[in-house]
This record gives sequence, structure tokens and C-alpha cells, in this order.
Amino acid sequence: MNTIRRLFASLLSSFRDLLPIFIVIAFFQMVVLQQPIPNLGSLLIGTILVLFGLSLFIEGLNLGLFPLGETMAWNFARKGSLSWLLLFAFALGFGTTVAEPALIKIAEEAAKIAANGGMIDDSIEAMHEYAQGLRYTVALSVGFAIVLGVLRIVKGWPVQYLIIGGYIGVVIMTAFAPKEIIGIAYDSGGVTTSTVTVPLVTALGVGLASSIKGRNPMTDGFGLIAFASLTPMIFVMFYGIML
Amino acid sequence: MTEGIIHFLNILVGTVLDILPIAAILFGFQIFVLRRPLKNAKEIGVGFLMVLFGLALFLEGLDLALFPLGELMASQLTSPELLNVPTTGETVQWHHYFWVYLFAASIGFSTTIAEPSLIAVAIKANQVSAGAISQWGLRIAVAIGVAIGISLGSYRIITGTPLHWYIIAGYVVVIFQTMVAPRTIIALAYDSGGVTTSTVTVPLVAALGIGLSSNIPGRNPLIDGFGLIAFASLFPIMSVMAYAQLSEWRSR
Repeated sequence: MNTIRRLFASLLSSFRDLLPIFIVIAFFQMVVLQQPIPNLGSLLIGTILVLFGLSLFIEGLNLGLFPLGETMAWNFARKGSLSWLLLFAFALGFGTTVAEPALIKIAEEAAKIAANGGMIDDSIEAMHEYAQGLRYTVALSVGFAIVLGVLRIVKGWPVQYLIIGGYIGVVIMTAFAPKEIIGIAYDSGGVTTSTVTVPLVTALGVGLASSIKGRNPMTDGFGLIAFASLTPMIFVMFYGIML
Repeated sequence: MTEGIIHFLNILVGTVLDILPIAAILFGFQIFVLRRPLKNAKEIGVGFLMVLFGLALFLEGLDLALFPLGELMASQLTSPELLNVPTTGETVQWHHYFWVYLFAASIGFSTTIAEPSLIAVAIKANQVSAGAISQWGLRIAVAIGVAIGISLGSYRIITGTPLHWYIIAGYVVVIFQTMVAPRTIIALAYDSGGVTTSTVTVPLVAALGIGLSSNIPGRNPLIDGFGLIAFASLFPIMSVMAYAQLSEWRSR
């Protein structure tokens, strides 16, 4: 009984999360475009899947990802080895980014732009090579970002100086980067952090900040995602300059 | 029906492949480096599977219900016929695109509210702040930021002004806000820029960018279509800091 009630409650809250999208789509479809809503059947099935999916995801988050991230943070703090922690941070950043589907897609787009602009040969091999290089560049930059962010939590550096430093880096790179790459570079910052990475990395940061004496989970625990979305911009523009 | 199942299996495999490296790294370090048995290993395993299936179902449902319609809508709303934009001769005027701005803002807002990773961060921020930051407060603040960001980004594509001036100006505002905002919110505000753009937002926003830049004369979708995501990750930083500032003033 309890489980059913809980399932119902979590479905209801997923419904509330998704309601705005349905209102927006229905409004534009019927009022602005003045067309009927096509494929009502698949729309209905899809909606049910989305509701169940979101509910499962959030339950699993609380049961699996959050505790795992926090337990590992505590264990690393107890082990007391900074180099293992930093290696873990790098692996997590690099490993979760390099296979990210959104990144693969954007790297292919970037290769097309580069070929169009005459920066590389207009051949499939050259474009493939360019896209691969870009993917590894972004993955490296995210690995670097998580290392830097974890180091910041351990040392207790204020987040804003590092972020502002990053902004200055972006501005300087923008001045030198080829015009075609700037849009891609700016967008690559946003796409790197996937739906699985975000809760894990957040739990890791908060867990670390709570397990280290003198750190505040609120001011020190957050910020890892911010680094992971800033460094790719700089690295991708650097990649554009080098080629 | 079988077609649907195959499609779902494809998505499931994709999700597994997406999560596999993460799981390998986590369990590898847990087993070989930390060498500590996990206290509630079984629960964590179940939770992992729930995340996996949940995400696959979620994506499948979006593919079935929302994405086709939303993407079609993005291209229809940007077409010159609907907007009554003169197609020949004179240059495009930015104010012809009223529906585009409204669509950009509302799709930015609504997809952000549904974004699973933002829900995750909101849950965590609520726990860590001992309830001082409300989940809905944070999510609505971020969604307002994304809404403003995407419509301003659309304005930029329509006018063809250079992306980097907007972003640099945004940085200046963020730096100024950082100096006056309550210290506890700063890291969270920076984070909320990165979490907003994932599963739900990116496909629809990308479709809007491509639709706009292919329908406006003189814009190249390969170059001008980009940049919306960058706006969507910059403006929530401002709106979250503004939200914290307002709550602080109100509580005084």
C-alpha cells in the first residue's frame, strides 16, 4: 500500500514537472499555428513513458547515485590520499564526457563547419579526424575541470576567483580564435554535463565538502559543474587556433 | 508495436553505453583503490538500474511525444510565411519575429522545469541548505534565466550581431553580481548555468537555432545556428543570483 501511494505521489510530481511543456506545445500548435495535434495516440503513450521514466530516475537518484557519490567522497577523505582523489576526479570527468552523445554530435557539426570554412580538407577522413580531436579535447578539458574543482574544495579556494579567471581566459581566447569556431566553443560548455554526470558530480562535491573539516557544503560543495562547463570553451577555442 | 520495442531497445542500449564508462570508473575505484565494501551495495545497485531504465523510458517518451512536434514547430514558427515577413528586398526587421521570441522564452522555461539534472541539483541544494533554498524557487529562477537567454539568443540570430559581445557583456554582469550576492549562493549559481542544458532542452533549442538561421536571409545555419546553448547556460547564473539577492532583501 505504501509503495503504491509513493509511486502515485512521484508520478504526480513528475506530471507537474512536465505540465509546462505540454501547455506550451498545445498553445503554439492550436492557437498560433492553428493546426490539430497530430498522432494523439503516440503522444499519449509517449507522455506515459516520460512520466514513468522521470519518476524512476528520481527515485533511483535518491537510492543509488546520491549515496554512491557521497559514500565515495567520504571514503576518499578517510583514505587521505590526494593523488588518488585527483586521479579519480580526472577519470570521472574524462570518462563521462568522451562518450557523451551530445558531444559526439556537436563535434561532427564542428567538423562540417571547419571543412566549409576551408580550415581542414573537405574529405571524410579529415572531418573524422577533426571531430575525434575535438571530442578528446573537450573530454580532457572536463577531466581537468573536475581535478581543479576537487582541488579547490580540498584547499578551500573561493570559487569566484577561479571562475572569473576562466572568464578572462574565454575573452582572451575569443580574440584569437577563428570566427567559425566561436559559436561551437561557447555551446560546447553547455552540452558536456549529462543527466547522469550532474547528480554524481554534485554528490561528490557536497560529500567532499562535508567530510573535510572547515569546508562548508553550501559554499564549497557546489561549483564542480561550473568548472566543467567553462573549461571546454577555452580548450575548444585553443584547438581551433592550433589547427 | 515491434518497431516501437526495437526503438526502445536501441535507446536502452545507448543509455547503457552512456553509463557504462561511469559505472566502470566508480566501481573500479571503489573496488581497487578504496577497497571498502559499500554499506548498502544492493540498494545502490537497484538505484543505478532505476536511473538507467528511467532515463531510457524518459528519452523514449520524449522521442515519441515531444521532440517531433517541438522540432516541427520550431521550423514552422520561424518560416517567413507565418511571420508575415517580407521575403524580398528590404532587410529583416527584428520586431517581425514576435512569435519566435515568445516561443523561445516559453520553450526555454518549460523544458528547464522538466530537466532531470536540474531537479537533481535542486534536491541536493535543498538538503544542503537545510531547506533555505526551495526546490521550486531554484528551478523557477533557473527557468526564467533560460527563458530570457533563449529569447535574447534568438534576437541575436535574427539581427546577426556577433555572439561574443553578448557573452562578454554577460560576464561583466555576472562578475558585478558576484560582488554583491550572498556568498552562499555563488557556487550554486555558477553550477546552475551548466546543468540547465541537457536531455530535454538541447534538442528543442538546437532545432530552434537551426530553423531560425536557415529561414533568415544572410544567416548560415552552420555558423549562426550555434550560440543559443551558450545563452541558456549564462543567464541562469544571473537569475539565480538575483533570486538569492531578492530573498535576502525580503527577509530583512
